[in-house]
Amino acid sequence: MGLKKMMVGFLGSVIAIGGFLEVATADLKFPMLVYRTGAYAPNGIPNADGFVDYYKMINARDGGIGGEKIVFPECETGYKTQVGVECYEKHKENAMVFQPMSTGITYQLIPKASADGVTVYSTGYGRTSAKNGKVFKWIFNAPATYWDGASIAVRHILKQNMGNIKGKKIALVYHNSAYGKEPIRTLQVLAKKHGYKLMLLPVDHPGQEQKATWLKIRKQRPNYVLMWGWGVMNQVAIKQASSIKFPMENFIGIWWSGSENDVMPAGAGAHGYKALTFNAPGDDYQVHKDIKKYVHDKGQASGDGSHFGTVLYNRGLFQAMVQVEAARVAQKIHGTSKITPAMYRDGMENVDLNAKRMEELGFKNFAPPFKNTCENHGGSGLAAVQQWDAKAKKWNMITEYMYGDAEVVDKLIAEDSTKYAKEQKIAMRCN
Amino acid sequence: MIYKETGQFKSTYESDHSIFPLIQDKIAFNILMLVAFLVVPFFIDSYWEKAILIPFLIYSMAAIGLNILTGYCGQVSLGTGGFMAVGAFATYKIMTFFPDLNIMIIVLLSGVITAFVGILFGLPSLRIKGFYLAVATLASQFFIIWLFNKVPWFYNYSDTGQITVSERTMFGVAVTGANAPSYATYLFCLILVVVLGFAAKNMIRSKIGRSWMAIRDMDIAAEIIGVPPLKTKLSAFAISSFYIGIAGSLYFAVYLGALEVTESFDIMAISFPVLFMIIIGGLGSMLGSFLGAAFIVLLPIFLKNVMVDLIGLSAVTAKHFEITIWGLLMVVFLILEPHGLARLWSIAKEKLRKWPFPY
Repeated sequence: MGLKKMMVGFLGSVIAIGGFLEVATADLKFPMLVYRTGAYAPNGIPNADGFVDYYKMINARDGGIGGEKIVFPECETGYKTQVGVECYEKHKENAMVFQPMSTGITYQLIPKASADGVTVYSTGYGRTSAKNGKVFKWIFNAPATYWDGASIAVRHILKQNMGNIKGKKIALVYHNSAYGKEPIRTLQVLAKKHGYKLMLLPVDHPGQEQKATWLKIRKQRPNYVLMWGWGVMNQVAIKQASSIKFPMENFIGIWWSGSENDVMPAGAGAHGYKALTFNAPGDDYQVHKDIKKYVHDKGQASGDGSHFGTVLYNRGLFQAMVQVEAARVAQKIHGTSKITPAMYRDGMENVDLNAKRMEELGFKNFAPPFKNTCENHGGSGLAAVQQWDAKAKKWNMITEYMYGDAEVVDKLIAEDSTKYAKEQKIAMRCN
Repeated sequence: MIYKETGQFKSTYESDHSIFPLIQDKIAFNILMLVAFLVVPFFIDSYWEKAILIPFLIYSMAAIGLNILTGYCGQVSLGTGGFMAVGAFATYKIMTFFPDLNIMIIVLLSGVITAFVGILFGLPSLRIKGFYLAVATLASQFFIIWLFNKVPWFYNYSDTGQITVSERTMFGVAVTGANAPSYATYLFCLILVVVLGFAAKNMIRSKIGRSWMAIRDMDIAAEIIGVPPLKTKLSAFAISSFYIGIAGSLYFAVYLGALEVTESFDIMAISFPVLFMIIIGGLGSMLGSFLGAAFIVLLPIFLKNVMVDLIGLSAVTAKHFEITIWGLLMVVFLILEPHGLARLWSIAKEKLRKWPFPY
């Protein structure tokens, strides 16, 4: 008897909770695919905290976007593609935008989201040729792509060598996945153009085992090492590089291989390590003050709040800011605060984050301005080089924001996206 | 009471040899099939399709394949991920070579290609067994993944090594690609699993299956009574790989649609989980393959949904609990019944026979 009653009560409360959730989803839904567990957690956690804190701040300070509260259900992917699919299917209904935080999951979602009419925003990762908005209607990867990144790194090396790197050896240490393989094509084309030799050194998931990789580097002595790493792979690589005494100033990581968590374990050995970035480090911007006031001081910080102002936390803020701004633009275009996923896409396509707008949003000098258009979903393509100071324990910007090699990159993007359009029988837009 | 066989007389050999000798089993199975074929397709949504049913069916197929090799023929294999990769890449290459070929033929052909690869990697099994064979098949796993990484021809020289499926139809309805309706992909996988499942069950009950089991139980004795080890072991490798190849083909074409070989066919992503499926489900049991697949694939999703949606835990806490509970359950089940979930089920049937008046 008692058991039966309990069962009925339990079922009743289940239905009640279900009904409650239904009501809650009438707001603007920004599902988050995060990974706070597994081999990629050291990078996944600060980034996810940045997102959550920004959304909380917007809800607390402005009462949401145009009066609509933001809901941001988290779904733990562990950086695994299959789990990413499950998370996407679970949250896709009425979702404004997905931020997969994994190139593998992004590749998965590109066809699915395009068919379902859901925006995917892969900020500086994912499929590079998604920059071509003519083919990839629902996919955005502003402000910069991996091919921009690869050519900016080579440009930096060129500058240091007075424009001549003929005969030099450049090694690419990369995560052996869609993510790490992304820059290879560009680096090969650039090798032909500038006459350097390219060495490819894949590192398998999860990246803890790199002895052989760095032994090879020690033997063959490349002049420069580029790295496309993520998670523990970054920490291990930087440690290994310092233990074979590789000159750190010749070791350049992509923007996902340049956070505090990556260099700290190597201690003083990491001094001088360089990484690209498209946002500034630090915690004294207006947005940080707002987050302190509206979120942290109320004891509502995401996680333990210890990542405040770190590189990946700041990048999370930036990513969340663009997503929120896109919703505002969409509300303006369509004249309603209750936007649909399709309206949201229009907003994302018309995002114009110029210097003035950035300042209004509390992001003055935080990142270079960029703008999406119908043809260009990849933003400006600007990135700078930052260098780690192990004594002061902070990242310093050592160059201006610079462009990649548009001559090479644009051609490759056009080639790759047209091939995709042909395979998938997609008609070109924006004519 | 429920599983009482009293009064069920068999008057022909045919009825005595049927797959489900008990009328209760037959009814239950028929109801299950009716629901699967006639009810589920009308109610399936993309979450149930992409997150639950399709992975379950595909992993069941892989588990049947591995069970034939390991459970019935006794050859331990850790190369499942590699063989599934062969199925997936065969599908991709055939698809791009012959754009007009029917998808069903492509999938079956991929299975055949994988079968040949399986025979090749089965050759060492004639000289080594047990743990040593497991290590040899492990080599196949690493070699195949390395090959699909190293030779760009396999992924048609795409920049990232990513292979993407294009749309294919059956009877005018898309079954692959992003626009495929949920019921179509589900039915496509279901039909393959049911037909090939029956084929496997019947193979196991016939001469070839008995010779596998003879080799498993004692290979020298089997050889003495006239079971040729070469033919038997290689046929087990071939047929097992055929099933695994089809699972790989569906995994790529129907389930994921786009994948990259190192990430998707990693030993921790496929080979070990599928081996755990047949150990937990029950070595040498068809039902065990399905139960094991359900345990490994569906239980984590179930736990997650209960903890996040019902109890309201945060995603990360739920994940930690999920890993712990799942691991605990695995240990508990193996201690309770080392022969797997299938054995638990048959014990339950024994109990149900006398229930509710045990004497």
